Amino acid sequence: MRGYSYGGPLFLPALEIARNCPIPELLDKRLVIVTGKGGVGKTTVAVALGLRAAGEGKRTIVCEVSSQENASRIFDHTAVGFHEVEMEENLWSISIDPDESMREYVLLQLKVRAMRDMLFRSRIFNYLAAATPGLKELVTIGKIWELAQLDRKVKKGRKYDLVIVDAPATGHGVGFLQTPRTFANIARVGPIHSQAQTLDRFITDHEHTGTAIVALPEEMPVNESAALEKDLRDEVGVAVDRVYLNGLYPERFSKPEAERLAALAEGEEGAVRAAARAALSEHGRARSQRAQLARLRRRVEAPVKTLPFLFEPDLGPEAARRLARRLS
Amino acid sequence: MPTLSDVLDGTEICICAGSGGVGKTTTSAAIATGMAAQGLKVCVLTIDPAKRLADSLGLKELGNEARQVDPALFEKQGVEMKGELWAMMLDAKATFDELIARQAPDEESRDRVLENRIYQQISSALAGSQEYMAMEKLFELHTEGKFDLLVLDTPPTRNALDFLEAPKRLTQFIEGRSLRMFMKPSGLAAKVAGRGASVALGVFKRLVGFDLLADLAEFFNAFSGMVDGFQARAKRVNKLLADPSTCFLVVCGPQGEPVDEAVYFHRKLVEAKLPFGGVIVNKVHYPADELGASTVDLPTALAEKLGDESLGQRVAANFSDYQALAERDARNIERLAKELSTRGVIRIPYLDEDVHDLTGLAEINRYLFATGEQRIEMAAGRA
Repeated sequence: MRGYSYGGPLFLPALEIARNCPIPELLDKRLVIVTGKGGVGKTTVAVALGLRAAGEGKRTIVCEVSSQENASRIFDHTAVGFHEVEMEENLWSISIDPDESMREYVLLQLKVRAMRDMLFRSRIFNYLAAATPGLKELVTIGKIWELAQLDRKVKKGRKYDLVIVDAPATGHGVGFLQTPRTFANIARVGPIHSQAQTLDRFITDHEHTGTAIVALPEEMPVNESAALEKDLRDEVGVAVDRVYLNGLYPERFSKPEAERLAALAEGEEGAVRAAARAALSEHGRARSQRAQLARLRRRVEAPVKTLPFLFEPDLGPEAARRLARRLS
Repeated sequence: MPTLSDVLDGTEICICAGSGGVGKTTTSAAIATGMAAQGLKVCVLTIDPAKRLADSLGLKELGNEARQVDPALFEKQGVEMKGELWAMMLDAKATFDELIARQAPDEESRDRVLENRIYQQISSALAGSQEYMAMEKLFELHTEGKFDLLVLDTPPTRNALDFLEAPKRLTQFIEGRSLRMFMKPSGLAAKVAGRGASVALGVFKRLVGFDLLADLAEFFNAFSGMVDGFQARAKRVNKLLADPSTCFLVVCGPQGEPVDEAVYFHRKLVEAKLPFGGVIVNKVHYPADELGASTVDLPTALAEKLGDESLGQRVAANFSDYQALAERDARNIERLAKELSTRGVIRIPYLDEDVHDLTGLAEINRYLFATGEQRIEMAAGRA
């Protein structure tokens, strides 16, 4: 076996992973956007980054925007909703609901109470808010911006050192992050115009805002990550700081060993054959994943970091902490 | 237990739904291939497929219309094509533009809509337009009647439910009936409707800037002649989706989250009275007992057979890792079957190779159309 250590249920590749390697230039930002296709482990990476930052003493909040509450699920916490709830020391979580964000936004904009109440009761306002293209996304990003302010707009708002956003799955490229720019173009005047510009500057301010793409070591996700990096750069003006290749299988068996196991799988029955086939499967997947890792490195400009596949039925806080230690 | 061929017998529209990252595109392509191989003329509508899958299907230079996939490509993979497989990549914006062109009473109103910025935003970027247009294209192809079966790979959505609700939201927006009233130049309707509404409108104007409202008003004006046509069409699309010749298949993965999503989506299908056909779980680890493996002192047995103690132990440890995943998958699938009150869960094993080409598609296909017993035999390597 070439340079791998066996650590309980988890095999750790000795290569490619720098233990506790500091990631200051990423976690020292005010905002980190974690993005990527659906099903690649964005929430896991967002939570792992959050745990890592919190462990370094940074007051950190992980924001979900898809109302799926996957982050609180990792901590076996009940749904947090539109509240800043502490998961661990220094680590908070919030699920940003666009309707709640809209409400909060209006509360901050309109000081006259009677006017606000009338607005919230009004069907036409709710219709307009729902019908205006991109408005929901805009107020969601507005809330993220608000959380990242040292001078919070919300009364008695907690000050955070770092805001991490588990961005919605990029079904269609970069739509969500592009909203402020699009909006600033549509609404050429009025308060929303300037606020949309502020949000666009906030997202594209590389000094304070970092972006990480999460990918899987498979053909499609690798292609999509490369396309996403390009779209983020060309269409949104966002530079990607990291691509995390998630779920990388360890190389547990060498090629000569795999050949011996193939012979065994042919000639045997029962458990021995099943075990040999499982080993061959692991070997095959680890190899094809290495090829995808190489492709990814060739195709993206940002540094590619790997995260190991965890042979664990369900991802709980322990697994998330283990991934957090492995982040670089 | 019915096979997929039984489930799809007499089906004219098969809609594969599920959250992102569960292998919907591949599954849709494999279903279409399998049904075409059996002799049907099938068209698979896909959105944003993997480049290599697109290439291998000959989809490279495809626009918004169906093209036939060369049957020779499948014969190379040992799949005999008795029917025809057609495929198309859906372009939501182009479909929307075509729809406008068809519905517009004259060229002038068509151009007014196409040039409106709100329309441009809706047709290309607004969440829901892809879903809406997927339904639209499906309806159009079904009406033309050129195919025996249409297979739709639904667009990637934040959650599977968006697919059902987005079209409704979009039609409501386009109708915009209550809104149009308030934007008439006289503003008389607003006065009649009451002070609350006009104040709300005023505040909204102040918040978003008048410009946007003017664009919206222009959009609704340009659209006014088409609203009835849109509504009638939307009704027919909904009727088609609820027809017994339509079949929704839920696609998911074996982990807790995708299974939760699948359960939720199934419930919504039932509530909406839409025909549910079955569930396909991708990337499943099969448990040891199904693979014919009893685990009696496996490390020793392996070490003896291999003549290598270290390798034997590692193979055994790896196997127990796989079995832990298999147990999880079995638990989740059991829950899924119970919640969906179905025994017809199709389990596609986690194949050794990443599926992105015709070879992988052909293999998925063998599993999809097999019986439950055949699948277990294949997964165990006995068939």
